[in-house]
Amino acid sequence: MITEIITGLFTKYALVGAIGIVALIMIISYGLAGTIGQRRMGSAIAIVIALTLAYFAGKYTGKTHGMADIPIFAGMGLLGGSMLRDYAIISTAFGVKIDNLKKAGLPGTVSLLLGVTFSFVVGSIIAVLLGYNNPVDIATIGGGAVTFIVGPVTGSALGASSEVIALSIAAGVVKSVLTMIITPIIAPIIKLNNPTTAMVYGGLIGTTSGVAGGLAATNEKLIPYGAMTATFYTGLGSLLCPSIGFIIVRAIFG
Amino acid sequence: MEIYGLGIVALCMFLGSFLGNALGKLLGISGNVGGVGMAMLFLVLLTNYYEGKGKAFSERTQKGILLLSSLYIPIIVAMAARQNVVAAFEGGVVAFAAGGVATVGSMFLVPLIAKLGSDEENKEEKNN
Repeated sequence: MITEIITGLFTKYALVGAIGIVALIMIISYGLAGTIGQRRMGSAIAIVIALTLAYFAGKYTGKTHGMADIPIFAGMGLLGGSMLRDYAIISTAFGVKIDNLKKAGLPGTVSLLLGVTFSFVVGSIIAVLLGYNNPVDIATIGGGAVTFIVGPVTGSALGASSEVIALSIAAGVVKSVLTMIITPIIAPIIKLNNPTTAMVYGGLIGTTSGVAGGLAATNEKLIPYGAMTATFYTGLGSLLCPSIGFIIVRAIFG
Repeated sequence: MEIYGLGIVALCMFLGSFLGNALGKLLGISGNVGGVGMAMLFLVLLTNYYEGKGKAFSERTQKGILLLSSLYIPIIVAMAARQNVVAAFEGGVVAFAAGGVATVGSMFLVPLIAKLGSDEENKEEKNN
């Protein structure tokens, strides 16, 4: 009887249930991140946990929508769907000052354009090398190499399959986690020790959580400079990858 | 009021998505091409325009927008939980290769572009 009531609640209040589950995932992830002294890795850990849960859910149901295919977790489909995702992403542009854009100046602008282009091209080339030949798939994986947001934004704009979208998220998560780990190691080699380099670094790498986490482990004073350019990166990627990026990919492989 | 903030973002989303879908139709792709990016651009332009006029959004309006942006990571977590990870895992090499090479490659571009910045600063110093 008790399980029946609980199942009924999760089905009836699907979205609220999903919010509760995500809150639980987040508290565990940030707790884990705190114990290893890297609180900024919390979001990356949460995403990895979510991908892991989606993996087991997929194995269990044999279907394609991860946890959302289990009736009591169906709310995940709504909370993590493209409607709320795009709505929330757009809101993050609030607080961006045009003056800050200007302050980042020439190196910031060049690094942003080059950073998005470079990651997109590298991701696309690797997708092609590993046997993907549909322009939509190539552009989606290329977008994933930009960030774990740009991949799904590109993929859902172009109608990619959930499998390819999941790959693009995974590529973005690899980038984010790798950035946090190797930034402190590579910092002396690339002379990451002043505001200008930090802005260029933020613009080239662009994954906000990775950049903030990596700089926190390198030199905390550099965080705002790196984050300033990095915050434009996902927006620029969301603008360029599904449009110009896809058109170029389609022209080559279409 | 908080709902005004949510409404402003909604307006930007619809404007951007309208243009994105129109662009998609023009290009013969069924989809929203760059609509999210354009919506972000509208939000930046709108807020900067009002701030420039000295009429920044009220604190409660801002709270509405900030509530949404604070939900961004949790929503991404939910999004990750509903992906077809089983299939992705089977072809997972591409994720590691694409993410890894893009990261390491980008890192080594840093000193090249940073040089551009210091050249610029040097020029300015000389001009001064």
